[in-house]
Amino acid sequence: MSVNIQDELEEDTQKGKFLTFIMGEDFYGIEINHVREIIGIQPITEVPDQPEYLRGIINLRGKIIPVMDIRLRFGKVFMDYNDRTCIIVVDIENISLGLIVDAVSEVLSIPDSEIVAPPEMNKGGHHFIKGIGKVGAEVKLLLDCKTLLVKGSWDGNEQLDTLGG
Amino acid sequence: MTEDYINEPMLEMFIYETSLLLEQLEQKMLENESDASYKEEVINEIFRHMHSIKSSAAMMLFNDISKLAHSIEDLFYVIREEKPVHIEYSVLSDLVFEGIDFIKVEILKIKAGDEADEDSSELIQRIGCYLEQLKENNPDLKAATGTKNSQKQQQFYISNNKKIEKSNHKHTYQARVFFEDGCEMENIRAFTIVHNLKDFATELHHEPSDIIESEDSVETIRATGFILHFKSNRSYDEMHQFFSQTIFLRDLELIELVHEETEPGTDVQQTPVKVKGNEENKTMNAAASIISVQVDKLDRLLDLVGEMVIAEAMVTENPDLDGLQLDNFQKAARQLKKITSEIQDMVMAIRMVSLSTTFQKMNRPVRDMSKKLNKEVKLNLIGEETEVDKNIIEHLSDPLMHLIRNSMDHGLESPEEREQKNKPRVGTITLEARNIGSDVLIVIKDDGRGLNRNKILQKAQLNGLLRRPEHEYTDKEIYNMIFQPGFSTKEEVTEFSGRGVGMDVVANNVETIGGVLNVDSAEDRGTVITIRIPITLAIVDAMNIRVAGSQYTIPTAYIRESLKPKASDLIVDPNGNEMVMLRGLCYPLIRLHERLHQSTERTSLTDGIIMILENDEKGFCILADELLGQKQVVVKALPSLFQQQSHKVEVLAGCTLLGDGSISLILDIPRLSS
Repeated sequence: MSVNIQDELEEDTQKGKFLTFIMGEDFYGIEINHVREIIGIQPITEVPDQPEYLRGIINLRGKIIPVMDIRLRFGKVFMDYNDRTCIIVVDIENISLGLIVDAVSEVLSIPDSEIVAPPEMNKGGHHFIKGIGKVGAEVKLLLDCKTLLVKGSWDGNEQLDTLGG
Repeated sequence: MTEDYINEPMLEMFIYETSLLLEQLEQKMLENESDASYKEEVINEIFRHMHSIKSSAAMMLFNDISKLAHSIEDLFYVIREEKPVHIEYSVLSDLVFEGIDFIKVEILKIKAGDEADEDSSELIQRIGCYLEQLKENNPDLKAATGTKNSQKQQQFYISNNKKIEKSNHKHTYQARVFFEDGCEMENIRAFTIVHNLKDFATELHHEPSDIIESEDSVETIRATGFILHFKSNRSYDEMHQFFSQTIFLRDLELIELVHEETEPGTDVQQTPVKVKGNEENKTMNAAASIISVQVDKLDRLLDLVGEMVIAEAMVTENPDLDGLQLDNFQKAARQLKKITSEIQDMVMAIRMVSLSTTFQKMNRPVRDMSKKLNKEVKLNLIGEETEVDKNIIEHLSDPLMHLIRNSMDHGLESPEEREQKNKPRVGTITLEARNIGSDVLIVIKDDGRGLNRNKILQKAQLNGLLRRPEHEYTDKEIYNMIFQPGFSTKEEVTEFSGRGVGMDVVANNVETIGGVLNVDSAEDRGTVITIRIPITLAIVDAMNIRVAGSQYTIPTAYIRESLKPKASDLIVDPNGNEMVMLRGLCYPLIRLHERLHQSTERTSLTDGIIMILENDEKGFCILADELLGQKQVVVKALPSLFQQQSHKVEVLAGCTLLGDGSISLILDIPRLSS
């Protein structure tokens, strides 16, 4: 697993840089090369027949992109959006996607040596996490963007996908 | 460095112009082939086009193209000058078509960045043989063509002869050439003229002199024209003709000078003759006034205009303006609104292209195949002026080509077989396009042997495609099985079709543009294939409605009427299906908020509004919360995420941006009803 991460990062010019964001109490990191821009919360048009975490679509200067609530994606309770709520627009395998997060924090450099693979756990959830980065005394959970798009990759918590119909 | 800088646009221009010329050439050839003779103007045109291709290819150092074009040019020179009586037109056409194909393939290679490395000498040799034969068949020409040959030789070895000829040049000319506005790269065009002139002119001076090296030369040529001084053996008329062949020529002044020093103004003997686009230039210019633009740029433009409309609304309806009396501002704002809406209309119109080029392209395979397969075919084109979004056209030509080939190969019988069946010897393939509501319907119809129901059934059984007992399938269902992968009822594989990888590819292609394929057939009467391309990518008249918190859009083409229902109109059958009775007709009811899984307070029938929709003559009604109004919308595809299988939204055809920047979802009415 850690070998894979290294391989991927090595090809990268912006390697080792992560955009961190806050979700509840936790800090998450997302590889900076996925990130296209950060915008404030926008009016969202709901799309029928989608899981609840896919909130709908927004109009980003004429381009229409889907938005996903990361809280709901991780099975947490929905929190009303406020003026700190941000949408991080990411490109994952040529698909543009907006991630709704509680707030954006900063861009950090986390060297490979400071990243450890997530431990195997019985409880679901770590499938979204591909590594844990240590920055000083804090830890950042590093997001594996690709799994966000896969329906039902939420181990042990399958009912999430049926929520939205 | 400068070399690189010049080469790129030059190459682009070469590719663009040559393709354009080839297309026109092919068109002309096809138009005239049926008459089994070439009109003089057509011969002239072929000659001219080949000449242009020859010189531009030579300039770009594509020698094989240039040589080939040269040999065809020679051939037509003979035909033009000597007017031989016995010409085998079909052989001639084949040769020219082969030549066109050769150059096309090479151009494709160049486009892809490969070397144009095909050797054209074999074809050139055959053209040479044909020319010889032509002369033999028309013995009276021999003498005349002999002179032509020597002339040709002269042209060929120009570099050797130049010095000898030099002293012989007796005419001195001054020419001033103006190019079309906006044709770009005037310096390179000027260089082409110089390059071509070198073949038969000496003491060549031109102004500006540093055409290629200096970028300012473009401006100078644009402002004052490109001025040439040279000596040549050729007569005034010949020279004039030479210049008239220049691509993108707008104006030409050609003066023969008696003495080299004579000022053009004082020359009384030869007043400047101004030629304003004579006939041959007109045809060229008609084509040249069209420029090709990358579709992404248009897409981007469309997006930008959309943003502009939104930005305009943000300015003119800014909350800060509330309660202010601003007469001048309002006036200016109205003006702005008018202009933006005009721009919007224009941008939308730009994307619409008529189907004629796509349709015309079909002539060629029909001609080639009818020769190879010994079938006599007539291709009818109807409604080629129908306009379709550019994106759709790009995806349409492959499937159409395939379907036509299939009709030719599988559908139509040989002339003998047709006669036995009491059908006219000549088979007919009809390609028709027409608008139906906001859809475009394309019909490919042949009067061939039709599909063989039993063969298809057998094949389907073999491939395990049947899921129900045979007799439960309708004819139409069986015919539509030919669009399944691995389906070809033709036993032997031919050059053109029959590998069984045809129809499913067609079906896939049509599906990517959101189209629907349908086939119907009758034994010995023929096959009809219809492609219905839906609204996607186009501009649609649509009605906006509100359901719960969201807006939805329904293309007006489907809407028959909308009304406020009475509670008594509702009928519920024992299975719980709801129906609405209106003027004695009964329609099934779809409550949109239920279908779309939205919660709304307006659940009762009388709170909302009922719209009666119609799809394929099947009526049904939907219940929406309210009507928001009718407008033209640009259909945008849903984000790629929703096109993936796992996130596919069945009931949506796309989405559109509203004036205030919000998004409205376009309902897929055919899917909604099924």
